[in-house]
Amino acid sequence: MSILVDKNTRLLVQGFTGSQATMHSEQSIEYGTNIVGGVTPGKGGQTHLGVPVFNSVHEAVEAVRPNASIIFVPAQFCKDSILEAADAGIKLIICITEGVPTLDMLIVKKRIDELGITLIGPNCPGVITPGEAKLGIMPGSIHMKGSVGIISRSGTLTYEAVKQTSDLGLGQSTCVGIGGDPIPGTSFIDVLKMMQEDQQTKAIVMVGEIGGTAEEEAAEYIKNHVSKPVISYIAGQTAPAGKRMGHAGAIIAGGKGTAADKIKKLEECGVHIAENLLQVGAKVKEVLS
Amino acid sequence: MNLHEYQGKELFKKFGLPVSKNKVITSADEAVNACRDIGGNKWVVKAQVHAGGRGKAGGVKLVNSPEEALEFANQWLGKRLVTYQTDSNGQLVNSILIEECTDIAKELYLSAVVDRGTQRIVFIGSSEGGVNIEEVAENTPEKIIYEPIDPLTGPMGFQARKISRVLDLDAEQAKQFAKMLPQLTDLFITHDLSLLEINPLVITQGGKLHCLDAKINIDSNAIYRQPEIQAMRDPSQEDPREAEAALDDLSYVSLDGNIGCMVNGAGLAMGTMDTIKYFGGSPANFLDVGGTATQERVSKAFKLILADPEVKVVLVNIFGGIVRCDLIAEGILAAIEEVGVSIPVVVRLEGNNADIGSKILAESTAKIVGLNNLEDAAKKAVELSK
Repeated sequence: MSILVDKNTRLLVQGFTGSQATMHSEQSIEYGTNIVGGVTPGKGGQTHLGVPVFNSVHEAVEAVRPNASIIFVPAQFCKDSILEAADAGIKLIICITEGVPTLDMLIVKKRIDELGITLIGPNCPGVITPGEAKLGIMPGSIHMKGSVGIISRSGTLTYEAVKQTSDLGLGQSTCVGIGGDPIPGTSFIDVLKMMQEDQQTKAIVMVGEIGGTAEEEAAEYIKNHVSKPVISYIAGQTAPAGKRMGHAGAIIAGGKGTAADKIKKLEECGVHIAENLLQVGAKVKEVLS
Repeated sequence: MNLHEYQGKELFKKFGLPVSKNKVITSADEAVNACRDIGGNKWVVKAQVHAGGRGKAGGVKLVNSPEEALEFANQWLGKRLVTYQTDSNGQLVNSILIEECTDIAKELYLSAVVDRGTQRIVFIGSSEGGVNIEEVAENTPEKIIYEPIDPLTGPMGFQARKISRVLDLDAEQAKQFAKMLPQLTDLFITHDLSLLEINPLVITQGGKLHCLDAKINIDSNAIYRQPEIQAMRDPSQEDPREAEAALDDLSYVSLDGNIGCMVNGAGLAMGTMDTIKYFGGSPANFLDVGGTATQERVSKAFKLILADPEVKVVLVNIFGGIVRCDLIAEGILAAIEEVGVSIPVVVRLEGNNADIGSKILAESTAKIVGLNNLEDAAKKAVELSK
């Protein structure tokens, strides 16, 4: 077992014929992901990477029955693309694109919550269940099927955690990049809940960063609802206040959202802290043994 | 992106909100005429910089004659204002706002933000204005109201009444506020704001609500659809290197250490800074070179990092992932050649073909140390920075 994606995932790619979507779709297919089609308005009827291209998600749903969608369209079209997939009845939507306006996300988030849809991202690397399916832009080769669930606001930090847990022979159940934006479709808590229920997951790594209070809220949730060990690393211990550190959501504002506050709260709630990025894998191993 | 107070007030005016009669001047010889055009015999002169705390730093003054306004303009235009929110260099004053003086009966606080917790635009109001709102929140939380706006309904009349009660408004002022709340929301949404703050919102001696200050931040992700806002950008208020990086689509933040950092991915860039600190060094910057570390991007990144005279060593940390590390290594070498980097460069490559990548770097003639392990690379960079 795993969460969100597995061998039965039938993936649709929105913005399929663009260069980024093409490169990452090739990699996903090579990994064994079942891509059943793609959407690029105006290019319907063509074949791309061996699968059909459609003009709309609705046409694709009728023809190839996808149960998940991944979005690579430019930021200004993401609101439309996410809502299109939602309207067509797709229950798992992953938005890779960075730079979606925050006010667009306020509307999108309200709508997908009403419809009971899971949106991962935007501004995220996607989701991978090693050995089963890769829905995203992460390098498949560093992953290994195993027992550690990884949740992260950052792409490359997820890769570090993945590499370390693979090198130590622990492997991963599922890795979920929830994205670096202030209004993510899915929160740490949503994924923690799934990983707590997943039998394959024996320990959970939660990689957070400065900005907002998502880690503090997750800490409170872990204390009350998660019995599996949780190991956390928080990036941005040296970040100055008031500056946006790359990710739209990574900013210490009004004295709130510092790494120190997050670490303190996580520790109080029984989460194991990896003081440094280099210690994530070792900490998991220590906690599990 | 931030706006100046005068730009915020232009937007306020456009959306029907009450602001003082004012003029903006960019040279001192406009001061006297500006005062005469506004009329009256008392004015407030305010240095325009992207930072709070101007009053305490001497950047805001009540003047009783146009000549005094002229003196203030001469004192500040072209100078740098240092406040508790700026660094020690301060911010350049290149414009001054001259306003008709408002007789204040009471100061209140009002702001709107995108709240990450409720995932709504939330209005924050308090009867305690003109002070640090975080302190009010800490010491007297009962004096603050947080009112989220439902995207479906927009701001409702009852919500204006709820806020009015906490602001302690009389019946007339509450009526005025009921008009202002939709105007403010409209401004917030129309221009993709991330923060709108009026501190203070005042009640005048005449009993009217009046916006005495205007602080506005705009969501950078939405700038592409805000041409009017784009035209308001004032590069003189931004760190020159950060502004240049933004033009090249690189994310850069200056820090005060001496180890230049070039990393792919924002999270890993922060993680790298933390690792440097952990081993006793000090990062000179945050820099996310992006997912595809091509020669072109790496060259631009080197130029940015080397423009900081404090930098003694550069640590490049790339988690190659999908892009092959040998290609990245060649790109880095070509960039070093192109830019003419003379200080040591420590490169950590991880991902596909990392070994070949490190070998390419090791065999080069440049002062480069290639390593596959972040711990070794960070330690080496710290050692070279001492």
